[in-house]
Amino acid sequence: MEHVTLLLAVVIATALVFDFTNGFHDTANAMATTISTGALNPKIAVAMSAALNLVGAFLSVEVAKTISGGIIDEHGIDTQVIFAALVGAILWNLATWLLGLPSSSSHALFGGLIGAAVMSAGVSAVNGGTLVTKVLLPAVAAPLVAGLAALIAARITFRLGKHADDEATAKGYRAGQIASAALVSLAHGTNDAQKTMGVITLALVTGGVVAPGSNPPVWVIVCSGLAIALGTYIGGWRIIKTMGTGLTDLRPQQGFAAQTSAAISILASSHLGFSLSTTQVCSGAVMGAGLGRKGGSVRWSTATRMAVAWCLTLPAAALVSAGAEFVAGRGTWGVVAVGVVLVAASGAIWLAARREPVTAQSVAAPATRPAALTGQEQAGDLAATIPGPPPAAATAQRSAAA
Amino acid sequence: MNIDWASVGAVFGVSLLATVGLVGLFALGTVGLAKQGSALVSSASYACFALCAAAVGYGIYLIVA
Repeated sequence: MEHVTLLLAVVIATALVFDFTNGFHDTANAMATTISTGALNPKIAVAMSAALNLVGAFLSVEVAKTISGGIIDEHGIDTQVIFAALVGAILWNLATWLLGLPSSSSHALFGGLIGAAVMSAGVSAVNGGTLVTKVLLPAVAAPLVAGLAALIAARITFRLGKHADDEATAKGYRAGQIASAALVSLAHGTNDAQKTMGVITLALVTGGVVAPGSNPPVWVIVCSGLAIALGTYIGGWRIIKTMGTGLTDLRPQQGFAAQTSAAISILASSHLGFSLSTTQVCSGAVMGAGLGRKGGSVRWSTATRMAVAWCLTLPAAALVSAGAEFVAGRGTWGVVAVGVVLVAASGAIWLAARREPVTAQSVAAPATRPAALTGQEQAGDLAATIPGPPPAAATAQRSAAA
Repeated sequence: MNIDWASVGAVFGVSLLATVGLVGLFALGTVGLAKQGSALVSSASYACFALCAAAVGYGIYLIVA
């Protein structure tokens, strides 16, 4: 019993850490373009997003009965399998944050669960068909759906506003964008905090603390909400920078079109039975809106790095979690060893990030936005944050932009 | 493997139409207000915003429900 209790405590703490990384990894989805178009200043933006994530965690009464949506067989899953899954997901979230790449936290969690489950119970624990319909297909569809909608919407705003005063309309679009971003934050809180509640509740059930099929205890809801809100408030500035200014340059019209398309696609997908990843929807919307302005362009080198990260998310998290499960499955010392490695690796990533810090100041919109954005400057700036594209690609991109 | 193409198509269609419709509506309202024309134009703009606000309300309802 002693062992179970200790392990359970470790799993709950790890789940809350994952929830926290989920928060700061995904702040960018709602707030990156809101910040880069100057609709909100960075600190206020993350504070608002954090508050709405917290509210969102309490809103839904629908219990996350299944954390993996049927991708893995959750019957008879061990507590330490959940622990190993979380380790892989956390490390992938931190690594992509260090590189400033937006990637799906849910896919990282799925990957972690798959890796740990396969290591523990064999390949039969994974439902391949569900994997395709719930992960692979949505990953392709999300950027297309949101991107196309944002592209057309941005075109329309420019066409309708052709003879209007740019300054006067910009104010309106910024206000509209705040509303759309608020919806994205709220939806994120409801979905992603629920996921952590589901994980903790599953751990409590496997540990025999609560009866199978019961709702998450109140303290679980409170802790999950607080962890995701805190993570959101800390703000993943590196990812906000990539999404807000790294992928493309957005005017207020485009920011509004991108955020609205993202909010609608997320709501439509979660209510029509074809769930899309928030991160992929938002990234796609930003790119679509970028292409929606005459002369607008997407920095494809950054977009490609992002796409590569999306493809790697699931296998990478799965590999790490499989390794973690292999060690943790040996007994208490294994769990402790994995815990130590997790803390050490997280610390190392944090230290590496400190060497080239990206803060709220570095993502703030300039007070007066120049009529023509200097693409070169921004690309150069970005290269300092994200280990760069090969020089040849960067040069080609610059000459294409010129 | 059983891909539900109908719901894929529904998500595609609804997202596209709703986004284009709402953004278009909001853009009409914004441009109308910015031009500072007649009272008719202004009230039409406010009507556009009211519809957008209703859409946000529906969005919150979808999240809560």
